[in-house]
Amino acid sequence: MGTETNTARVAGEKSSLPAIVLIAGWLVPGAGHLILRKWWRGLALFAAIAMMFGVGLALQGKIYTPNTGDLLDVLGFAGDLGGGVLYLLARLLDLGHASVQVTTADYGTKFIVVGGLLNLIAAVDAHSLASGRKRS
Amino acid sequence: MTISHFGAVLLFSLCISVVFGITQRSEPRMMVRFGAYCFALFVVGTIVASWAMWLIRH
Repeated sequence: MGTETNTARVAGEKSSLPAIVLIAGWLVPGAGHLILRKWWRGLALFAAIAMMFGVGLALQGKIYTPNTGDLLDVLGFAGDLGGGVLYLLARLLDLGHASVQVTTADYGTKFIVVGGLLNLIAAVDAHSLASGRKRS
Repeated sequence: MTISHFGAVLLFSLCISVVFGITQRSEPRMMVRFGAYCFALFVVGTIVASWAMWLIRH
């Protein structure tokens, strides 16, 4: 009986781990890999994605907001949202610009969007590792 | 912050290549190789496309 309970708990933990890793990886870049104890992968992912986001902000890139009617803005918002906590911090601290004002700011906008999309790829990779779909 | 066009290309390519290398391969050595391959493709592809646009323009 005790063994069955333990087995059920272990099975429950195994099934919830991929979801936890996916959400953590989305919220904080590289966190999914860190939870799975892939230390250098997690740190490298965090460094790369945070750098993209930071450079984008430093270039005065645009931070998209959800409630504009333009389809391209909606797509940009979806990309930005992939940054997780980085996007939320940028919104809370009022970083970035509401509109592109200088030429290089367009680069910054793309850096931020692509950084968010890369974070989604990293989170899905962590999910694949946790679920066993990707080996090691 | 100001950055040159080529500097932006290098930075963009580097960050993307790191993520692609880690997520698209399983073995550490293959990750490095694939990351380097992506980086080279990004940079060389951008330079080729830039010259192509220059030739079209002239």
